[in-house]
Amino acid sequence: MAYFLQQLINGLTLGSIYGLIAIGYTMVYGIIGMINFAHGEIYMIGAFISIIAFLMLGLAGVTYVPLVLVLVLLTTMFFTSIYGWAVERIAYRPLRGSFRLAPLISAIGMSVFLQNYVQIFQGARVKPMPPLVQGGFTVFESGGFAVRLSYLQLFIMLLTLVLMIGFTTVIATTPLGRAQRACEQDMRMAALLGVDVDRVISLTFVMGAALAAVAGLMFTLYYGVVDFFIGFLAGVKAFTAAVLGGVGSLPGAMLGGILIGLIEAFWSGYFSVEYKDVSVFVVLVLVLVFCPTGLLGRPEVEKV
Amino acid sequence: MTAASGFVSGQVVRPPALWAPILKDAIIAALVAVLLALPLVGLQTYDIGGGALGIRTHFDWVALAAVAVFAGRLAFRVLHQLHRGHRRRSAARLARLAAWGNRQVLPITLAGIGFAVALPFLPFSSRYLIDLGTTVLIYVMLGWGLNVVVGLAGLLDLGYVAFYAVGAYTFGLLTRDLDFTFWEALPFSGLVAASFGIILGFPVLRLRGDYLAIVTLGFGEIIRIVLLNWAPVTGGPNGIGGIPRPSFFGLSFARSAPEGLTTFHQFFGIDFSPDHRVVFLYFVILAMALVTNAFTLRIRKLPVGRAWEALREDEVACRALGINPTTVKLSAFAIGAMFGGFAGCFFATRQGFISPESFTFIESATILAIVVLGGMGSQMGVVLAAILLVSLPEFGRAFAEFRMLIFGAAMVGVMVWRPRGLIAHRAPTLRLDASPTR
Amino acid sequence: MTGAEGPAALLAVEHLTMRFGGLLAVDDVSFIAYRNQITAIIGPNGAGKTTVFNCLTGFYRPSAGRLVMRRGDEFLRLERIEGFWIARRAGIARTFQNIRLFAGMTVLENLIVAQHNPLMKASVFSLAGLVGLPRYRAAERAAVERARHWLDRIGLTDRADWLAAALPYGAQRRLEIARALCTGPALLCLDEPAAGLNPRESAELNDLLLGVRTEEQIGILLIEHDMSVVMGISDHVVVLDYGRKIADGTPAQVRSDPEVIKAYLGEDDVLPPRRSPVGEEGGASATRRREW
Repeated sequence: MAYFLQQLINGLTLGSIYGLIAIGYTMVYGIIGMINFAHGEIYMIGAFISIIAFLMLGLAGVTYVPLVLVLVLLTTMFFTSIYGWAVERIAYRPLRGSFRLAPLISAIGMSVFLQNYVQIFQGARVKPMPPLVQGGFTVFESGGFAVRLSYLQLFIMLLTLVLMIGFTTVIATTPLGRAQRACEQDMRMAALLGVDVDRVISLTFVMGAALAAVAGLMFTLYYGVVDFFIGFLAGVKAFTAAVLGGVGSLPGAMLGGILIGLIEAFWSGYFSVEYKDVSVFVVLVLVLVFCPTGLLGRPEVEKV
Repeated sequence: MTAASGFVSGQVVRPPALWAPILKDAIIAALVAVLLALPLVGLQTYDIGGGALGIRTHFDWVALAAVAVFAGRLAFRVLHQLHRGHRRRSAARLARLAAWGNRQVLPITLAGIGFAVALPFLPFSSRYLIDLGTTVLIYVMLGWGLNVVVGLAGLLDLGYVAFYAVGAYTFGLLTRDLDFTFWEALPFSGLVAASFGIILGFPVLRLRGDYLAIVTLGFGEIIRIVLLNWAPVTGGPNGIGGIPRPSFFGLSFARSAPEGLTTFHQFFGIDFSPDHRVVFLYFVILAMALVTNAFTLRIRKLPVGRAWEALREDEVACRALGINPTTVKLSAFAIGAMFGGFAGCFFATRQGFISPESFTFIESATILAIVVLGGMGSQMGVVLAAILLVSLPEFGRAFAEFRMLIFGAAMVGVMVWRPRGLIAHRAPTLRLDASPTR
Repeated sequence: MTGAEGPAALLAVEHLTMRFGGLLAVDDVSFIAYRNQITAIIGPNGAGKTTVFNCLTGFYRPSAGRLVMRRGDEFLRLERIEGFWIARRAGIARTFQNIRLFAGMTVLENLIVAQHNPLMKASVFSLAGLVGLPRYRAAERAAVERARHWLDRIGLTDRADWLAAALPYGAQRRLEIARALCTGPALLCLDEPAAGLNPRESAELNDLLLGVRTEEQIGILLIEHDMSVVMGISDHVVVLDYGRKIADGTPAQVRSDPEVIKAYLGEDDVLPPRRSPVGEEGGASATRRREW
């Protein structure tokens, strides 16, 4: 029982990270109908920038942990958003309206480019970081196994919750959010009504990148090492989460992320660690085969 | 162009008003470049040792990037403006060239095949060149195989490497456990790969577009992970080694043969040379690729091939005509996979060993890029794209580090420049030839 | 079995009902379509006409009712046949409201694809074709001849090698009809074939359909808004409104039917119409204006 609870906590933490990345996928897919293949690399870039920011702050002598966290958070979100914006501008916007494979190939190319870009300039070795947020408390104890909830895990989950509420509010109530939902429904009509579609799309990418940046920061804090390859796997898993939750639905993406995190945690906890990635892929296949609209997605009726 | 500008012998006299937006655009681009480069290029982490990291600053690189982007963007915009008229003319010229090219398909093809056959015997050829040619041909064959799935049937497959791997490992297992030779294993590689194609096809029947792509990607990854971890069967990360080379009608290419068998050079009474095997392998893959091509060209004119293309165009209309989308999709997957399997079998025999690290997602992406860059459905385009994507990194050997970077950038660049691919022409499979106005 | 046993009856629609969640799109519709006759289904937009078509052609599974199709001595229950089998076994071919041609293929290829099933049979799933057996080549020649026949009928023989996407709109519509006819159907279902055609093209369409009816001995079912087509060539008209059949008879009968006139021209109603579909808002106090 205690083991189960521990895996549950681990899963929720992992799921929060996946959920944040998944939101980026689902928002982009919802508005322009393409999978942003490079989104995983944006997340990876966020992780790298956060490590660099930590180091810089350390060199500058700033050690007060909450301050460091806030500064790194803002810095990472800022720079990663620019990457997100640039990727859209360079690789996707020129291909809007082109046939559907073109942006996909472009996205794959961008993903390869970004991976190698980071690898060349930052080195291929893993980058370690000493743990910043330490400590936690024991939630529950049974049979000699203590279920620990670390402060870091708590921080991750709470931050995710706050961001979720924030972004959902933005989408639901602000003019930007309305414009975005309009573009999701019918882009041409929205344009005819005076919505600056280019700007809305760019902002969507920026928001997705910002959230991915936070996820990258969390990854850095949680695992203590980053390397240039974390983007690919996390990207596919997060996309699985987005699909599981229902593409186009923000709460769905978060729900999907949490579910994927839980699946992964329980699988590696109870079955085998090597095949944990396979478990996620299998989930992906099952969801897409049996329930392609996901848990919270809108069902699509075929129009003839 | 405003009325105030004049055209004087190719030189455009531009009013000052137009410089401002172009300059602003270039400055913004440079600024973005600075912001992008600052964290990751300007600040480089490196190992201090003991699990700690240090930071090196490279602000000069950042400045360089800014200047380069500024200059590049400026040049791009200016050239764009200047050559607006030119571009239309050169686009027309390119179109005429393309149309001429399409009419000359047969002579070009024959010339290409002739060149390929003659390659090993040409004066400037070398072992390196033949090796390169062999690699190019493997990718051409893979491209033609994937072309069936993506180009003809319009099914977005991002996991094609799975069939490549299945074909290779089928041979590996057959030879390790049952002593199969290359030629004996070849049909099995195709068969097993085709079966996997059908297995993949079933779950994805109802999926479209990007969803289909992701599931096939997942499938490819599942295969790779299983190959990596199922050590007792697949050898795990070490893979399977000791894969035999093909023989020429029973004649082996070794320096000396075991009891009772003749070697190639003994049979023909020539001196042994390790090049013989290399050249033979080259011709084997050339033959395989040509068979793939012939098969594809033929099958396009058959009902099943036309059904693939019709499915790509409009699945709903296919159903309304009584065409079963399930069998059409499965047949496309199966046949595409079969050729992937054949290619995998060849890959195994060429390398002599196989391991999961040869079958990553990047391979799938490369093969897909070859198909899309070449122009979906275009056979010649695949050849061109394969030559481009395989040879370019070779020429930039000095920049080996930057190979993948350039590859990624090239993928983005070519797609943005020519979204429909290099050769976007579809030859009809049937002509009525009744029109007098042609 | 009712309805479909008459000498020339081809298709019997019996109490067809189609529900989408809370929306009742088709409500207890029954009619018979006869061979050698052109049956038109008309009604205001949203009346459920295309839904009926989709039920007939295997795109939707009806919520209730029977669809009986007569093929020789056999009576097929269409609501039990799904998807592409309808075209194959029941011999029903259709066109679509938004033209669905194979745009990237040529005109001729479009017509050959329509003959996919007989060609597959003749080529043993294309294997005979692969090795170039004469049996397949003969079948392919026959297919081309049949395509040529229809190309002549619709006047596109000289454009047979054009890309379908390059044809003007009217020609595309005709091509879609010819493609449906190349499947050798017993019942041809046309969804708004005259949409977007000018009067001259509509007249040509009338000639084409009249010719098909006479020569091919098949039944034609068509959804149309263009009254010149409906009244000009139909033998039998069925009128739907809000998913229910409100009239059924010859064009002359239907034209003077008061219910039909009310449905098309509307009335100033304070009360909601007799039976509005569940889920529709604002039924009360709305003057309903419908288009043809």
